[in-house]
Amino acid sequence: MIDVHLDGRPLRVAPGTTVAAALCLGGDGSSRTSVGGQRRAPFCGMGVCQECRVEIDGQRRLACQTLCQPGMRVETRP
Amino acid sequence: MSEHYDLLIVGAGPAGMAAALAAAPSGARIALLDDNPVPGGQIWRDGPGAHLPPLARRLRDGLERHAIPVWSGTRVVAAAGPQALLLEDPTRGWRVRYDRLILCTGARERLLPFPGWTLPGVTGAGGLQALIKGGLPVAGERLVIAGSGPLLLASAATARAAGAHLLRIAEQAPLAALARFTAGLPRWPGKALQAARLFDHRYRAGSHVLEALGDDRLEGVRLWQDGSTVELACERLACGFGLVPNTQLAEALECALRDDAVAVDDWQATSRPHHYAAGECTGFGGSELALVEGAIAGHAAVGEQTQARRLFPRRQRWQRFADALARDFALDPRLKTLARPDTLVCRCEDVPYAALAGRDGWTDAKLVSRCGMGACQGRICGGAARVLFGWTPPAPRPPLSPARIETLLCLEDEA
Amino acid sequence: MSPAQARADVIVVGAGIVGSACAHELARRGLDVLVLDDRRGGATAVGMGHLVAMDDNPAELALSAWSLELWRHLAPDLDDASAYRNCGTLWLAADDVEMAAADAKRATLAAHGLDCQLLGARALATAEPALRDGLHGALRVAGDGILYAPNAAEWLLAKGGARIIRHAAQVVQVCGNLVRLADERWLRADAVVLANGIHAADLCPDLPLRPKKGHLLITDRYPGRIHHQLVELGYVTSAHASEGTSVAFNAQPRPTGQIFLGSSRQFDTLDRRVEGPVLARMLRRALDYLPGLAGLNAIRSWTGFRAASPDGLPLLGPHPGQPGLWLAVGHEGLGVTTAPASARLLAAQLFDERPPIDPTPYQPQRFPLAQSAVPAQEARP
Repeated sequence: MIDVHLDGRPLRVAPGTTVAAALCLGGDGSSRTSVGGQRRAPFCGMGVCQECRVEIDGQRRLACQTLCQPGMRVETRP
Repeated sequence: MSEHYDLLIVGAGPAGMAAALAAAPSGARIALLDDNPVPGGQIWRDGPGAHLPPLARRLRDGLERHAIPVWSGTRVVAAAGPQALLLEDPTRGWRVRYDRLILCTGARERLLPFPGWTLPGVTGAGGLQALIKGGLPVAGERLVIAGSGPLLLASAATARAAGAHLLRIAEQAPLAALARFTAGLPRWPGKALQAARLFDHRYRAGSHVLEALGDDRLEGVRLWQDGSTVELACERLACGFGLVPNTQLAEALECALRDDAVAVDDWQATSRPHHYAAGECTGFGGSELALVEGAIAGHAAVGEQTQARRLFPRRQRWQRFADALARDFALDPRLKTLARPDTLVCRCEDVPYAALAGRDGWTDAKLVSRCGMGACQGRICGGAARVLFGWTPPAPRPPLSPARIETLLCLEDEA
Repeated sequence: MSPAQARADVIVVGAGIVGSACAHELARRGLDVLVLDDRRGGATAVGMGHLVAMDDNPAELALSAWSLELWRHLAPDLDDASAYRNCGTLWLAADDVEMAAADAKRATLAAHGLDCQLLGARALATAEPALRDGLHGALRVAGDGILYAPNAAEWLLAKGGARIIRHAAQVVQVCGNLVRLADERWLRADAVVLANGIHAADLCPDLPLRPKKGHLLITDRYPGRIHHQLVELGYVTSAHASEGTSVAFNAQPRPTGQIFLGSSRQFDTLDRRVEGPVLARMLRRALDYLPGLAGLNAIRSWTGFRAASPDGLPLLGPHPGQPGLWLAVGHEGLGVTTAPASARLLAAQLFDERPPIDPTPYQPQRFPLAQSAVPAQEARP
């Protein structure tokens, strides 16, 4: 199993789990707040729509195309 | 000085893997790259919620056996001078030169706006499948799938295997068109088997989504079904309205398009010398067609015309399947009328339908409303605007997807 | 076919920021204006939208300072979509020589009544913590700002109400107060104002306009990283170069939270493609000043063409060889800044009034412009 941090909380996931799945496993599944104030969650699932961009170890990356790695720190965007 | 390869292949789905394996025995120096974390493309996605078919395993093993480097999690950021690409992965940006390039960039789902489509709980149909394979938990969740094409069935199969409670598959194409399509399937025995396994009594033809319901997240869906409106309470709604070829990189490389897909000749060669394309970016036909096209491109790119030619008949057979797919799943014009004035069309910039209706084309609409100016750079709303308004977004500019500024510095040296 | 009298007193060619400001001003004075634009898009659609007092010569300062005052006057009424922000400019000094230049600039601007002050190294670091260490200071110009020019142009036209009529039409020939459209129709008005930037040279080949290509790049949303428009003092050197390719650091905090980066200058090309080496050079310069940008995501880059005149000043006034034809072109990179004042200067000359600043330095007759070619036979009124 792999230990990551999601918004500061510890989370244990199976190897091969995407960060997009981790958002759901360790939270409400949402990734960001839109320009108009709506919460959004991963949508296209294949690296196109950019809805799932979160901060991963300080870099803005796509949750749906990133696998959880040991010690990874994931911050959703308020 | 940048890295150099005889053959660079963009996209490690069926077409890209087949191309690499076809070209490998020639001894050419080959590299394969893909923006997903593991090779396999959208169809052969690995992960906690996935079971790879034997064919996918064989191809993957083949790449290992030939020691072909596969750069996963790697995006093409820009064309970087003649016969060179700028790439980025999570740790670095770098330039790679090539003698031959094969584009196997696949397709993405066409995602159309309807009221509520921005609610958490609503995803693409192929999108849901991909998310589940990546470990998204859906066990016990009520699910509605809506849209068009065989992908709905594939998505349903994955979701049910993961324990989702499938309530409905709403296929917008009318029953008559579906009957014609399935009647043609016996000519493709493998496909017929697949269809039989995928068809399901929860499947409705001539049915489409009207609205996703809920305040902060999805609570239900309103569907058009059998001439009236029905509401179903659910936690997930997966919608996909067919596929759109990923042609951005081809356009950036100034390869010609035909019918919105990368134009190729018999050898899978594009309009630009030394640049080939195979698979769904050249039009849809499923993984079987992608495999044949990829193999032809791989042979052709290393100068093995005889081997490539041997595969022509197989390609032709799957091409007919692709043509039937395009004909029988044509979009119902009513899908253009789902959005209400306040329905967001551009999800990045939250631009509503009303801000676009009546504008004079894509560029005018974009300049005035910010539609398409966000992080996805019009990949989603541009595709929607094509369907809703008939607008054509212009060729993409670098970066082809968001990229770190430090990565773009690598463009300084074109040597 | 004789030319139809346009249902307007004045025809303005070009609906960019300058054309829109001209139409707005003429409508404000009670004229009916027909605005023709072919939607090809010009500098307004692709520029940075900076509002900056420039003082390369007294005429440039007079026009930009007056115009900025006009913008500040308009600001309370501008709509949200115009994205006006009075963020001020920091002219960054990398060393003692540039600090001396900043001080000289301060003296010039202050003498013109502009609100500006020098910041030392520490004050600069406090004002903009994202800047690299080691800068010597900056000149802060308080009245500068930014806006989103395509929507500001829309707003200017909309404010003209019924007096401004817009048509999407391509003008293919001008001849004094006559214009020929792509559909072969000729239109006539009391005056024709050419305000279509670099495309004006297609209609009036004698105009001394030269395209200067520029690259721009914008990031994803990263709010709060920078607060002012940031410009290196070396920008002036780059802006003045008349040959070769140059880059200069220029960054804006957009209201969206995006960081907008410029600038580059290239001559004698009309190739719209983004050129990787030029873009990279420009970005390397930006990282020299804002090293923290390195890991931020860029989402889009693009190019545009500034319409540059030989002396860097716009051409505002009557075409000396073509009665009835008026020019409002050649604004180079300052079209957004100087649009309102350009419109006022043009209108004052049209109405034969004395404008608040001397119009002489901007008058087209300072260049040798040709007499009009005789219009086609069938076009004669």
